[in-house]
This record gives sequence, C-alpha cells and structure tokens, in this order.
Amino acid sequence: MTAPAIELRDVTRSFPGPPEVQALKGVNLTVPDGDYLSIIGPSGSGKSTMLNLLGLLDRPTVGEYRLGGVLTSTLTEDERAALRARQLGFVFQAFHLMSRRTVLDNVVLPMLYAGTPRAEREPRARAALERVGLGHRMGFLPGRLSGGERQRVAVARAVATRPRVLLADEPTGNLDQTTTGEIMALFEELHADGLTLVLITHDGGVARRARRSIRLTDGRAEEV
Amino acid sequence: MRRIRRPSPPPRPAVVEKVPAADRFTLADLLGEATADIGSRPGRLVTTIVGTVLGVAALIATIGFAQTAAGQIARQFDAAAATSLVVTPATAQTGGSGGSGGSTVATGVLPWDAVERMERLAGVDSAALLAELSLPEATVTAVPVNDPSQAPPAPPALYAASAELLDAVGGHVATGRFFDSGHDARGDRVVVLGARAATRLGIERVDNQPSVFVDGIAYAVLGIVDRTDVRAELLDAVIMPTGTARDDVGLSTPGDLQARIAVGTGPQLSEQAPLTLAPDEPDSLQVQAPSARSQLGQAVQTDVNGVFVILSVIVLLAGGVGITSVTMLSVVERTGEIGLRRAVGATARQIAGQFVAESVVIGLLGGLIGAAVGVFGVVVISVARGWAPVVDPWVALGGIVLGAVLGLLAGGLPARRAARIEPVEALRGGT
Repeated sequence: MTAPAIELRDVTRSFPGPPEVQALKGVNLTVPDGDYLSIIGPSGSGKSTMLNLLGLLDRPTVGEYRLGGVLTSTLTEDERAALRARQLGFVFQAFHLMSRRTVLDNVVLPMLYAGTPRAEREPRARAALERVGLGHRMGFLPGRLSGGERQRVAVARAVATRPRVLLADEPTGNLDQTTTGEIMALFEELHADGLTLVLITHDGGVARRARRSIRLTDGRAEEV
Repeated sequence: MRRIRRPSPPPRPAVVEKVPAADRFTLADLLGEATADIGSRPGRLVTTIVGTVLGVAALIATIGFAQTAAGQIARQFDAAAATSLVVTPATAQTGGSGGSGGSTVATGVLPWDAVERMERLAGVDSAALLAELSLPEATVTAVPVNDPSQAPPAPPALYAASAELLDAVGGHVATGRFFDSGHDARGDRVVVLGARAATRLGIERVDNQPSVFVDGIAYAVLGIVDRTDVRAELLDAVIMPTGTARDDVGLSTPGDLQARIAVGTGPQLSEQAPLTLAPDEPDSLQVQAPSARSQLGQAVQTDVNGVFVILSVIVLLAGGVGITSVTMLSVVERTGEIGLRRAVGATARQIAGQFVAESVVIGLLGGLIGAAVGVFGVVVISVARGWAPVVDPWVALGGIVLGAVLGLLAGGLPARRAARIEPVEALRGGT
C-alpha cells in the first residue's frame, strides 16, 4: 500500500501570545492520491494556517505531518524547499505572477528550482499553457491578461512541475462569477486527469464542487 | 560528567531524490534570474548606477591625468634619449690570460646594407652607420707642412659614417653641407668636421674650400656640424664617408648602427633589430634602446593627486549606498515574488544569491560605464591640450572590477533582508 499524499495526525499550531492563540487544534486529516478536497471556513477559522502547514511554509507546534509518507518535521529548511518544489503546486488568490516576465517565463520559473530536466522545461510549460487554454498568450506580460486568464497561468505554473498535490488558496477570491466557473471547471478536468487537489475557500458554492469537503471552525476540523 | 563527543546523527535516507547536476539551479540560472529584471526599469537603473559611474569615472580620470602628465613631462625631458637606438657588434675578451695583454674583438659584424634593412622596420625614422677609425699613427692637420718645432697635437678622432648620420643623430650643420650618398658611393675624399675639431684645426669657414690632411692625403671640408642631439663626441671628430674610409684607410667592418626611432618603440625594436641585421646569429649584436618608460616618468606617476582620489572614493561610497538603497527598495517591492519563489522551492540562499548577483551586475555595469567615461574624459582633454593620453589598461580594468566589488558589498544587506522574508508573510499581500 502506498502512503497517502497528505497525512495530518493531531496537528496543533499555536502562536505564542499573550494571549496564546491556537489556530489549529488537534486536526487529523488524510488525503489519498487522486482526492479532491475542499477546506471551508469563515475568516479566522485557521484556513490560512492550514494552507501554510500543508504547503510546508510553516511547521506544526504539535503533531505529525507526512507528505507522501515523508515525516516533514525533521527536515531542514533546504529539504523542505526541495520537497515543495517537487511535490507541491501552489495557486494563490492574488495570482502572484511576475509582472515583468512573460507568461511563458512565469510558468518556467518553478521548474528552475524543481530540477526539471533542462530540455523539458519549455516544452512542458508550453504544454501546461495549452492545457489551460492559453496557448495563444505565451509571449504576453501578465498585465495584459484578464483576471481569469491570470489565474489560469498560475494553474499552469502549478501543474507544470507535475506535483503530487496542488494547493489552491482562495483561487476564485478575485474572480467574478463566470470566470470562477471556468477555473472550477479547469480544476475538475485536472482532477479527472488524476491530480490531487486541496482547495481552501470561504465560498460554500465553490467548496461544494469538490469531491469531499471539511469545515474548519475555530481551529477544529470536521468532515461535512 | 562532561560529554566529550556527541555521536553523529545516523544517516537519514534521502527525502528527495538527487537531481542530476545539469538540471540543478546553477550559477547561470542565478545570473539569468538576477539580470532578467535589470533592464525593465531604465529610469531606476540610471539612478542606481549613477553614483558608481561617477565614482569610477572620477577615479580613473584622476589616475589617468596623473599618468598623462607624467608621460608628458618625461617626453619633454628626455625626448632625445627616448629616440636613440644603437646597435653594436658583441665583443669578447681574447688573448691575455691573467688580465694582461687581452684585447676585445668583435664577435659579430653588421652588414654593409644595415641602413636599408633598419629603415624597413616600423618605428625607425632614420639610421646610419658610424665607425670610429682607430689610426693611432695618423696625423690630421689643416696644413700639409710638418713643423718640427711644434709639438704634435693629439689628432682629432676620426669617424667613418654613412650619409644619413646627420639625420640619425639630429645634427645641425653650421656652415657648408653634409656629404651625401654619392660621395659615399664614389669614395670621394671629403670630410665634415665637428665644430670643436674645426676650431682646433683652425677652420672656421668652408667657402674658401679648405682641406684637411689625414696621413698626408687631402680631404675637402664640406661642412661643419655644430650641434647634435646624441653622440656629442662627434663634435670633436673628423667624419668621412664610409666608402672613402674603405678605400683609403681600409675600413673592414661598418662599425655601429645609430638610429633615430619613434617614441615608445624601443622595446620592440631592440628585439627586431638583431633579427633583421643578423638573422643567422642575432646574439652577435647588442642593442642599446630606450626602455618603454623612463625613470622620471615612474617617479612622477606615483604623485597622483591625493585630494581627487579621496573625493572619488567618497563619490564611490555614495554610489554603493545608492545601490544598497535601491536594491533594498526593490526587495520590498518584490516581496510577493520572493514569497512565490520560496513557495515553489527556492532556498533562502538562492534568494540571497539572486539579489547579490543583481547588485554585482549593476555595479559591474556602473564600473564599465564609469571606466569608459573616465578614459574618454582623459582622451578628450589630452587631445584638446595636445598631450598624448596615457591610461594604463589595468587602471581601466581595475575600475570595472571596483564597480563589481562595490555592487557585491552593496548587495549584502538587501540580500540578507530578502533571504529573511517569510514566504507566509510575503504571499499574504497582493500582486
């Protein structure tokens, strides 16, 4: 049996005070490969903390986090960076595209750090952009794209390294109704292709489109 | 109990499989990422590097002017010495063991067409053969009469020379003329007198066609030389054409070669001359040529204007502070980008490296432009003043390196700051 993509065991993250704040309290979570999970909760419920932990940008105070079977708490910062590069893809609410680099350059960027074979980088970036329907925008600067197109570039950037898990943090937070629908449809296609997706949102409508959903309330997680 | 030694941790299995070296994030990747944004904001780039440009330019101009002035002074002082080249056959001691009765004999010999050969070399303005005739028994007088009551005066030195000698030693004829190549070829019995030799022989003018008698043979005096730039001993001598000397006194070898050369060609010509004149045995000839730079020039060069150097260094420091502050600003602006890079797998070291590389490239650019401006300034002002501009190429190269080092130092602080940015914080913001 292969290890699940993500496994959280009794994870607590507290921020030293005063007053001490426990953003996550004893969370247990297993995400098998190929799953499509949404994490929903109001602001202040610990969603961002959850994303930072899952994305190896933060460490749990108590508890264990295994990513693809690897216990992450004993890793050095450089090993965690390498793991991020290889295993995870990020999509952010604010896109985080480099405004002075072309769309293609933006998608190539993570492959620089992930150790993708040099010759494969550009073809893969082109393929990823074709995949999200932006084959005709490769030489554009992000500033000339619409919000939905920018988010699709970000998705292409996240999947170009062929990560094990794609983490999306409020991916539709800056988008209108129509483009939200387009992005969600894109996620569903990627999921159908076998990508493991974890989507963090406060939008119930978005969350319901995932295969399963957990709700964070005051740092505690419950299956919906 | 004190623990002496901590056991080393057991080796852990590699968390992430190794990436082949060719696919890792290399220095080339780092430079690519660091330079990708440099040109995207020309206005800011200009404000960033202007201090470095001015500092490096001022420093190079200061040193360049000092060198130019030194070169200028040296040129005025030793113009004659810097243009005189003498080729002599090598000599060796023979005979006398124990230091007595030994004599020096020439081990090499110049060809008779040495003048033609030398004048083919670049940098040789003119060349002439010059041989001292040692005729210990010879008498040189202006009158053919042997006056037994008069103590025999020491005869003036006797030289054989080719017609180009006047030009080669920078001589000036006070009266009459110098012999020409026709006299030389025909072996005409003519001589030219040095001014002091003429006085001793009692000859003041040549329009009455005076003669001197060398070993009883009459030679027509063509002219009197009163000034030479080099070989001042010629003023005490009687000079006859080489061809005449061969016919009359049995001159067997052409002696020395005296040449006037362009300034600065000494080192090059001292290598070329022996090869040209004796290709089969270049070691048999010795060359006395001026070195590239005179002692005087060296002395003056060290006297670089201290005040200007200090000013330039201050401007340079300001340039460094400029790079630091603009790069710092850029770090703050690009917080989101830094967070993203960290999230997609860049290590803190790679982020720091990127900003250091960026400021080194900016510094290098500043050094490059500054060096060009400095050298250009020296050239323009020198040309306007009619000086020969002198800038040591190492000074210009040093200016470029200085810019890069400045960028390296200036980039340290922003790079530390960039490396410390927490991706969590960085990704929260916009852009």
